[in-house]
Amino acid sequence: MNFAPVLLFFAAAFALVLISLILNRLLAPRNPYPLKLTTYECGEEPVGSPWIRFNARFYVIALIFVVFDVEVLFLFPWAVNLKTLGMFAWIEMAVFILILSVGLAYVWAKGDLEWIKPKPDNYLPTQESK
Amino acid sequence: MIIPAEYISLLISIVYTAGVVVFVLLFVLLCNWLERKISAHMQDRLGPMETGGWHGWAQPIADAIKLLLKEDIIPAAADSKLFRIAPYIVFMGSLAGFAVLPFASNLIGTDLNIGVYYVIAVTSIVVIGLLMAGWSSNNKWSLYGAMRSASQMISYEIPVALALLVPVIAAGSMSMNEIVQNQAGGFWNWYVFKTMPFSLIAFIIYFWASLAESNRAPFDLPEAESELVAGYFTEYSGIRFAFFFLAEYSDMFVVSAIAATVFLGGWHAPFPFLSFIPGIVWFVSKAAFLVLVQMWLRWTLPRLRVDQLMHICWKIFLPFSFVNLLLVSLWVVLKG
Repeated sequence: MNFAPVLLFFAAAFALVLISLILNRLLAPRNPYPLKLTTYECGEEPVGSPWIRFNARFYVIALIFVVFDVEVLFLFPWAVNLKTLGMFAWIEMAVFILILSVGLAYVWAKGDLEWIKPKPDNYLPTQESK
Repeated sequence: MIIPAEYISLLISIVYTAGVVVFVLLFVLLCNWLERKISAHMQDRLGPMETGGWHGWAQPIADAIKLLLKEDIIPAAADSKLFRIAPYIVFMGSLAGFAVLPFASNLIGTDLNIGVYYVIAVTSIVVIGLLMAGWSSNNKWSLYGAMRSASQMISYEIPVALALLVPVIAAGSMSMNEIVQNQAGGFWNWYVFKTMPFSLIAFIIYFWASLAESNRAPFDLPEAESELVAGYFTEYSGIRFAFFFLAEYSDMFVVSAIAATVFLGGWHAPFPFLSFIPGIVWFVSKAAFLVLVQMWLRWTLPRLRVDQLMHICWKIFLPFSFVNLLLVSLWVVLKG
């Protein structure tokens, strides 16, 4: 299998960015001053640091993604050879997908696919909300 | 003088790669002009009319030169190293997809036997670049944009992969060239029509999900200019910005070209008697048609909300594509 052209494409993309940046360095004016280099926040002085711990919803999505992406990984060799493997392979993969669908159904029922996770039925307001 | 055969093939590859780069640049310039004109006419405006004379055809060239001549600004608060690396990664991930696109039966960078798989793998490298750009900018808009785009791109990668499995099953191969060869002899042999209705469903799922993967409207939340001020590239200006822009437009072509390859018969003519027209014309016009559809959708549909976006992916596309995959594979097994 000839992977050399793939490397060439990466190299070409790298070279194009590099050459443009060098050209830009040669042609463009350079006059930085502190006000120009401030972070953009709609003209206001930036408040606080954006490097914070971020919304956990994105983390949950990433976890679910890992499970399904690994599943897709297993599906590819199966898909290529399906015609020769026949019915047996189809039943096996159907069972595999079914097992993972149970996982999806569980996540769905627990409300982890909602953007705002619903409160559990037995949820009681705690001290702080009083 | 005798030149060894491997040098010649390497030379051909280099020339081909350079040709593809030129094609991408020209395509992006053309697309940029076309998108402005289409958006203008859809909104009852004229769009650029001055530059170059005829309907402002030179506007994108003027813009490219302007971006090249602009001062390169890296915010003082930004993580300078990551900030500089990000455009490289985004553009490399986007251009590498072209390596396996079969423009014609012998016009292909390299016909990998894992072609479809390679494309899925390489296009998701872009996510890393976007996350880098968003995080290193040290800007709240950028962080929001990067997080949104990462969650959106990884979510939609699964429906995309599952939809691409349908033609892979039908062809019994992941090589782009082999998949196209299996669709010879008229449009009724194209995979989009072959195992009706499953392949049509797969095509629709692929197209919608790939819009989300390439951050195009109505899934352009990561760069929603009205709420996030361009998202992950808020802080990028000049030539660095140009590469995010370039990557987005070449992504549009890659996505459409993959759809044209695996579902719409690649370089094959829709009718056998039209096959005297070279394959590259058919391939590029099929891909260009899908690019036009993407532009049309962008200026027709409003943007979704983040929760609606996740809802569509996990609760509609994912179950549908699993059921679709099982049915189409059962069909193939039963037919023998």
